[in-house]
Amino acid sequence: MSVVAALLRRDLGLMFGGAGRGATLLPVLFFIAVAMLYPFAVGPAPELLARTGGGVVWIAALLASILPLDRLLARDVERGVFDQLYLRGVADELAIAVRLIAHWLSFGPPLMLAAIPAAMLLGLDAAALRTVELGLLAGTPGLAAIGLIIAALTVGLRGGAALSGLLLIPLAVPLLIFGAGALSTGGNAGIALAAAISLVLVAITPFAGGAAIRAAREN
Amino acid sequence: MEPASLSATDLACRRGERLLFRGLSFALQPGDSLQVAGPNGTGKSSLLRILAGLLRPWAGTVERTGEVALLDERLALDGDLPLGRALDVWRRIDGTGYDAEASAALGLDTLLDVPVRFLSTGQRKRAAILVSNARGAGLWLLDEPLNGLDAQAGSAFQRQVADYVSRGGIAVIASHQPFDVPGMRRLELADYAP
Repeated sequence: MSVVAALLRRDLGLMFGGAGRGATLLPVLFFIAVAMLYPFAVGPAPELLARTGGGVVWIAALLASILPLDRLLARDVERGVFDQLYLRGVADELAIAVRLIAHWLSFGPPLMLAAIPAAMLLGLDAAALRTVELGLLAGTPGLAAIGLIIAALTVGLRGGAALSGLLLIPLAVPLLIFGAGALSTGGNAGIALAAAISLVLVAITPFAGGAAIRAAREN
Repeated sequence: MEPASLSATDLACRRGERLLFRGLSFALQPGDSLQVAGPNGTGKSSLLRILAGLLRPWAGTVERTGEVALLDERLALDGDLPLGRALDVWRRIDGTGYDAEASAALGLDTLLDVPVRFLSTGQRKRAAILVSNARGAGLWLLDEPLNGLDAQAGSAFQRQVADYVSRGGIAVIASHQPFDVPGMRRLELADYAP
């Protein structure tokens, strides 16, 4: 257990502390910037913004989740961190599971916080904001999991950053349909389905990511 | 240090389309050391990664007991952190071996507040030596350990390895440079080329 605690502390330190801070802040700023630009593009009509704003928040969250992917695993693989952990008996699956927790913490809760000013910029009412926040709570673990799997799969590739963005978008569509769909259908069914998808993705990520890291060693 | 053992039977390694070596067998007991020599590209690094379990051999088996440590050209420390804090990460994972004495022996004690990315090649190598086996694994695989070290640090490290072997460790050293450990066996990898 002490290994897990030490790893989690390291991963969080990398994402929140020192020079890594920018990498955590960037998706949040990007997210707010999209919410800010949208009224300029479609016009400030309040009923239009209120009707479409929730969806824009979701698209902004999805795109923001692409930003940290290229730095998520590539540097640690280059530096042989996963090799050194493996030699110490830490399974790749465990290292990836810890990284998933750290990645979600560095991106899910900050986005949920940033959704509050974004909702104000888009003129969303309290009920819509509540649906968006619940949806993000259910959906961001899934986005983090997809991102981590893709980062692990593209770890040895040159130009992996652009590719990972393209790969993430289609895989995130189910989360978007149910998470953002809850805004128009009302009720919590969509959010529950988004949470179920997230749960499945979170469950397979350590195994898929660990296998990808192992495969990258053979190159 | 927990005693380790290592035996390789009929190993073969293929990288891409090329067979690098085949029919390689040896066995090492505590207190043994082995230098793997050979020109560039004969598969020294691949052999060490196979022995560490990081790479699957194309044929043959590796049997290992006890803990294994690997030193290669990479330094598993975060470049933005000061060396001391970067080492703390591994100290928390390994538990032991990162005391002031250990870092002073490698001349790292004066560098602890220098960010890792500002370290010179030789300083990075010395930090990598500490990270690779501060925990005292019984089998230490060393891939070109003298690269980047100056003459003084190089001979100090050879003494450290000789001391490690005399205390019952197993050292496997892949290097094209002379490496001085009393009683070390030598394996010419070129002899096993197909």
